[in-house]
Amino acid sequence: MARPVAPRDRRGALTAFFATRPKTRLVLLLGAPMLWLVVMYLGSIAVMLLSAFWSVDGFTGKVVQSYSLANFAELFTNPLYGTVALRTLLIAVGVTVIDAVIALPLALYMAKVASPRVRIILVVAVTTPLWASYLVKAYAWRVLLAPNGPIDWVSGGNSPGYGLPATVITLAYLWLPYMIIPVFAGFDRVSDSLFEASFDLGAGAWRTLRSVALPLVFPAIAAGSIFTFSLTLGDYIAVGIVGGKTQMIANVIYGQLVTANDQPLAAALSLIPLAAIVLYLLAMRRTGALENV
Amino acid sequence: MSDSRIAKATVDEFEHADRATNSAAVPQVSLRALRKTFGAVTAVDGIDLDIADGEFFAMLGPSGSGKTTVLRMIAGFEQPTSGSVFLGGVDATTLPPFRRDVNTVFQDYALFPHMTVAQNVEYGLLVHRVPRAERARRVGEALDMVRLGEHGRRKPTQLSGGQRQRVALARALVNRPRVLLLDEPLGALDLKLREQMQLELKAIQREVGITFLFVTHDQDEALTLCDRLAVFNNGRIEQVGRAEEVYENPATQFVAGFVGSSNVISGAAARAIVGRDGAFAVRPEKIAVAPSGSATAPGSLTVAGVVQDVVYAGSTTRIVVAGPEGLILTATVLNAHSPDGGVVRRGDPIGLTWHESAMRSITV
Repeated sequence: MARPVAPRDRRGALTAFFATRPKTRLVLLLGAPMLWLVVMYLGSIAVMLLSAFWSVDGFTGKVVQSYSLANFAELFTNPLYGTVALRTLLIAVGVTVIDAVIALPLALYMAKVASPRVRIILVVAVTTPLWASYLVKAYAWRVLLAPNGPIDWVSGGNSPGYGLPATVITLAYLWLPYMIIPVFAGFDRVSDSLFEASFDLGAGAWRTLRSVALPLVFPAIAAGSIFTFSLTLGDYIAVGIVGGKTQMIANVIYGQLVTANDQPLAAALSLIPLAAIVLYLLAMRRTGALENV
Repeated sequence: MSDSRIAKATVDEFEHADRATNSAAVPQVSLRALRKTFGAVTAVDGIDLDIADGEFFAMLGPSGSGKTTVLRMIAGFEQPTSGSVFLGGVDATTLPPFRRDVNTVFQDYALFPHMTVAQNVEYGLLVHRVPRAERARRVGEALDMVRLGEHGRRKPTQLSGGQRQRVALARALVNRPRVLLLDEPLGALDLKLREQMQLELKAIQREVGITFLFVTHDQDEALTLCDRLAVFNNGRIEQVGRAEEVYENPATQFVAGFVGSSNVISGAAARAIVGRDGAFAVRPEKIAVAPSGSATAPGSLTVAGVVQDVVYAGSTTRIVVAGPEGLILTATVLNAHSPDGGVVRRGDPIGLTWHESAMRSITV
């Protein structure tokens, strides 16, 4: 019985220590991510919010930390900002609708019709563009849409050229995987027997799509739309490459920040897309779409 | 027929009567040489079956025996590789599921989670453009029939397993189908609930008079519920008949072993005990225990052996006996008098006896 204590006796010591100290466990588990989330992430947004009330000394170009509502007055009185904000919102809605319309049939096919082999090929095909640089993809569309470019040849000189339509097309292309993947996962979760039950009860394909498939994948579409909508709201590079003279809200923010060196006004302008996405999330929550994501 | 064309009225009467008897005689479901292969696997291998109007019919078999595939071909979810499906005498082989006058109760119930119970039941009527007032009335009747009249506004997730099962039943029956197909309908329920639902299903079937065709691997369930049953094995039907027919007269060794349990006596044991070649089946409950060495009654067979095992199972005790020629026999005795399973012990010499009429000749 007087055997030496085996080293394995000490192995569970750490686990045993934490087993009775749930609070220590929680702090160690969530400490670092909470620090990041609260200090870095929310902190920077708070600073931005705060700086929207500051102003810039016109003579020295330095930020003056005194509080005024001048930046917000500028936001509401200068019609340029309203126009650009509305345009950006419409582009975001358009991109989201286009992506949803393309993603729905494709995701349905991937999840419910395709053989396992074809499904893998399609998943790879959908996600591969995410590995390519954003800039390369945007410039690829610049080439495609160029005067006398490929789309001009194919369509007989009917390429939309650079401008608003080109911006919508390019952004819809860039964000499409973010819509397809959640919708595919959404369809994958719906049991085949629900579709069979609908057919069994006398519904054709169209009715089944409308009454069973769409309501059941709506939360997935909503999840995808949050990506397409918010990514579009913040984009200023693609529009710069294919948008011609088109300006989106992020272009204006960038202009104020870098060109005009007015960080406080840029911060105030940033609140427009921020408010838009918060309102969008609240609207999505009202539909119940965020409950099962 | 030309002789009867004397008076028009008579002819009409004749034809009428003729059609009436015909429609009663036309099976609700007819399968002809039905086959289904998945790649190299033959799931259903030439099924011929007729199911009459108003029957409660069971397709019984182990998993992988092809019974569910047959059900799915009747519903229209699978296309047969060859052969035909007739519904009410009309060839429905190539019809899509939504054009078939049958409804299914799915194994997982397949209730639409985004609709209330009432909306689930209403769905088939809505799709078939039944007017609103009639829809409301029929949904109410269907929910009352399954005792869920108060639960119409709940979501399926708020119901228990047994309640969901009844919603699935109401959703299918509200459309008054020609045939109701049930795929392992009670498989997900626990034993007590299952026994209660069996009685309920039987009562509902009697009430609505619709042909029920259900698939199960549970022989007790099949025997309890059905008027007739077909025993499936390896994609083929081994035997079709009324429940007691199949139980009392199993046609093959598979049926004898799958529907209830049987002692199969064959080969040298058959020659030694029965006195001729062949294979014979005896149900354990038809074998009685006789004191070792007692005289054989006329028309009975007796086997001497040694008790190998005594298994007490509440209402009965199972006695496993090693007989001659390596034969193992099981006898089931009711524990009506002897609470401890009698005085039989492991290793005791014992005599087993049964009447010749309790023994069936089977094909192996």
